[in-house]
Formats: sequence, structure tokens, C-alpha cells
Amino acid sequence: MVESIIQVANLSKSFDISSKKPGLKGTLRHFFKRETKSVEVIKNINFEINKGEIVGFLGANGAGKTTILKILCGLIYPSQGELSVAGYLPYKRRSNFLKNITLIMGQKQQLIWDLPPIESFYLNAAIYDIEKFEAKKRIKKLSDMLEIEKELYIPVRKLSLGQRMKSELLAALIHKPNILFLDEPTLGLDINAQRNLRKFLQIYNRETDATICLTSHYMKDITSLCKRVICVHEGCITYDGKLDKLLKKISPVKDILIICKTDKDAKELSKSGYIIKNKNQKEVTITIKKDTIKSTLNKIFKSYGIEDIFINEPPVDEIIGNILVKEKV
Amino acid sequence: MFNLNKNKLITLLKVQYSNMLEYRVEIALWAISGIIPFFMLNIWTNNNLNESINLSNVMLSRYFLSAFFVRQFSVVWVVFTFEEDALLGKISPYLIQPLNPFFRYFAQHIAEQITRLPFAMIIALIFFILNPESTWIPSLGIFLLSCVSTFFSFLIQFLIQSIIACMCFWTEKASSIERLLFIPTLFLSGLLAPVVSFPEYIKSWIYITPFPYLIDFPANLLSGNNTNVMSGFAMQLLWIAALFPIFTKIWSLGTKKYTAMGS
Repeated sequence: MVESIIQVANLSKSFDISSKKPGLKGTLRHFFKRETKSVEVIKNINFEINKGEIVGFLGANGAGKTTILKILCGLIYPSQGELSVAGYLPYKRRSNFLKNITLIMGQKQQLIWDLPPIESFYLNAAIYDIEKFEAKKRIKKLSDMLEIEKELYIPVRKLSLGQRMKSELLAALIHKPNILFLDEPTLGLDINAQRNLRKFLQIYNRETDATICLTSHYMKDITSLCKRVICVHEGCITYDGKLDKLLKKISPVKDILIICKTDKDAKELSKSGYIIKNKNQKEVTITIKKDTIKSTLNKIFKSYGIEDIFINEPPVDEIIGNILVKEKV
Repeated sequence: MFNLNKNKLITLLKVQYSNMLEYRVEIALWAISGIIPFFMLNIWTNNNLNESINLSNVMLSRYFLSAFFVRQFSVVWVVFTFEEDALLGKISPYLIQPLNPFFRYFAQHIAEQITRLPFAMIIALIFFILNPESTWIPSLGIFLLSCVSTFFSFLIQFLIQSIIACMCFWTEKASSIERLLFIPTLFLSGLLAPVVSFPEYIKSWIYITPFPYLIDFPANLLSGNNTNVMSGFAMQLLWIAALFPIFTKIWSLGTKKYTAMGS
């Protein structure tokens, strides 16, 4: 039976935000009378996550994804609702709970800037009550997996962003957490570094059965790691389910690249009433509904001289980009 | 709430000491910038002000040298670093570790004091070369008691600043509150003048504040001047005992307000 490790029920979070009008008048008014308003950034959300699952949180900037992660790891207090992570109330920040989780933020670092990462690793090991011998073993294993053996003894300030991110990951995983909260872990990394990090997370998940909650604006992170996604729009959950189901639901169309025999065929095809996505000399890309593919292609083959065809799914980035701004999926 | 043990403390100190050694030049400059007691000594002796408090030139020299030492090993700056870290969200990774983040700052201060030691010794040596008549070696007992009282002085200041630092969960610019304490600390702690030189009616008030126990008491102890050891230590412990629960309460309330800004 699959064990639920994160339960969230009717969770809401509000922040008091002060606003100031521009100009001198606005400044003086702000000085004497602060206007603050309560903004509800998370609105009554519900979900459960099972042990070993990798779940991606999708949403535009300011949708509330990072706030959800911060609440789940105990960094900020919820305004209302119930939640349980690994059997604990995260905001109580009990020692046993904290030993079970980790949070990695792409734009924040915990490594000591002027010292080599190895110093921060041993410090973290001590903080999590890990014996030195065991810490050594874990550092060796993780640095092998992350391929940063040589960088362990170089001051953090001298490392590249990719090397630093890998070191951050090692520092955050030295205590073998069961639940990983990753907030844009591949932010700013080049394509190779992103791929290596994703590969590492897949292996880590497979080997330790750790649960991973992830936010990312790089769709490749989501598509290659997460089977399940939770879409967040203005603090509400608009979709919670399998990623492939979402893609099918959202995109019931396919792109078909048709290579015509002559320019004339291509010209006539592009004027025949199909939705044209792209045209380049003899090549025409049309978008058609999935359930009409067979009949449409039959018609096209009969009417025009066709040399070759390619059937493609529209790019995932494009589909997900569209749903980020939708209220309902 | 604190989850500190010997291994964590030693590792924290070792790592922070390595970190502080990276800033040794900066720390040397800080040590040199702490020579204000020597300027005060010059003003006092040149104007024969010591006669008014029945303190010989030699004893006054020893007092100000001791004040310099006490100041070197009780300087606290946690409010500034914590405020920056909290406002920029830098404390977020530390808040979800099983160790109160203030221990990191505490270890940074201790590590900085250890790094300051050789520079302070050199300055003291130069002082003795210039004022050979002021040279003295305190007994081991007095020396150890002075070390303890200096550490207590550091603890009091660390707790006061930590309480103020936690205010940044509400006000965002908590360091401004700390500036309010700068003037009384400067004048009432004994850094500019021994508290004994103050008029009687002011003295009776000063001694119930924490200020004279920050520099005056440990400096008098170390320099061998007349001081009430028992009441000095009692007041230091009383202030620590009073400030500690305030800190834990304000920390617990403040972290509930934390919004992890900047991320």
C-alpha cells in the first residue's frame, strides 16, 4: 500500500503588505500613515503526496508555489488549515522533523562563502549528529555521484555556479533526508549542468525512495522528473494529477509537418483552410485535432502531391506555458 | 529549541575560526580601532583627573589597558549581521536545521575573539614598552575571574543585541534600536571613564543597569582596582538570567512572523 507522507487540508496563507503611492506626497503620506493590506497568497488548498513521489509545482511567478514549499518545510507559518509532513507539524520545527527534510533554493546558499565546501559539509554533519566517519563516507559517495571530488577543497567563491549548486545539493543531502523541497534547483545552470542535476535527482529518488517536491521554470526539469504535477494559479490549485494526462487534456492537437512535392502543392495546401502553424517553401506545418488525424491525412494525400509527413506533439513548454496563466485546467 | 552539544559547538568553532582567519587583516584593523581607552587614558593623565578619584597614574593606566582587553573580547555585532541575513532571507537554510541559527553567530563572535587575541597582545606589549611602570601580572585566580566576567559581559551584550535583532521580524530596521543603546553603553560602561568617577547620585542608578558590568567591572577586576567581586558577578548573572528568557520568547514569536523574504 502506498503511504501518504504529506497531507494538506484547507491550507491558506496571508501576508500583510504595505503599499506606497509614488511621488513626494505619497512618500509623506506613507511616512505618517502606513497603509497595509492583507493579501491571501495561498487559498484553501488540499492535496496529498505519497512516499517516493516526485511532484512538480507549476505556476507563473507569484502564483504561490514557493510559499507552499516554504510552509511544507516549516520555514513559514500557515494562516489557517491543517498539514502534516512525515507525521509532524512543520512549523513546530521539531528536531526529528528537520532531520527528515531538506530545502534547496536555487537563489539562496548555505555554504560558507570563503571556505571550501568540505568545511560546510562537516559542519552540517555535526549539526545533524552524524559521526565523522559516517560523514566522510557520505561525502565520498555523494561527491562521486555529483562528480565534484576535485571541488571539495576549493573556496566556494572560486567555484562556478554549477559546481556551487552541486555542492549546495551535497550539503543539503548529507543527512539523507526523506523529503526534498527543491525551489528552482537548476536556476542559472547551463544545459549540461541541468541534465546532470536531474540525473542525480532521479538516482537519489530511486536509491532512497525519497519524496521530492519541485518547482521550476525549466519545463525539462518537470517533464523528465515528475510524473505528477500540481498547477497553482493565484494561490489556488487548478490541476493535480499526472503530467501526461494534463498534456493530453490541455493539448488535444498535433502538429503535422507536411513536405509537398512542389511549391505549388505547398501553396495550395496552405490556402485550403487548415490551421497553418508554419510554412517554408515546400514544407507546411498544420495543427489538427488528434481525433481527425486519419481523415484529414487521407484527404490531404488525395488532394496534393506529398513527399513525406512528420507527426509531432506541440512542444511541452508551449502547452505548459499556456496553462500557467489559466484559472482552470 | 537549541539542540547544542559538544560536537556541534566544537565543529562550529573550528569552522568559524577558519572562516575568521580569512579576514585576519580586517580583524587586525578592528583590533587597532578599539584603542579608544588609550586616548581616554591620555586625557585623564594629562589633566590630572585621576586625583579626583584617588587613583594613581599606574592604576589608571592598568584600568584603561584592562578596559581595552575587555572591549576586545566582548565586542558584539550580531544585530547587524542577523538583520541583513533575515531581511535578505539568508537565514532560511539555517532555520530548517536542527540548531538555532544564533549559535552560528555566537560561534562567529567567539572565533573572532580568538583571532583578535594575538593583535590585542601585540598592542598590550607596545603599551608596556611605552609605559613600563604600568606592567603587572595578575594572579592566576584574578586572571581567570576576569576572563569569566569578560565572557559574561560578552553574553549580556550578545543577548541584548540578539533581542534587538529579533525585532527585525517586526520592524525590519532593528539596528536603529541598537543605536539608542550606543550612547549609554559608551558613557556608562566604563569605556570613557571608570564608573567610580561619576557623582554618587548617578552611580546608585548606574549600578542597577547592565552597563557597568560590561567593561568597568571586569576591567577593575583585572587591573586590581577596588571592586565588589561578589556583587559584580551576581549582577552579571542576574542580567543574563533576565535577558535569556526574553530572548527565547521573542525568538519564538519572531520566527512565526518570518516571511523568508528575498526568495
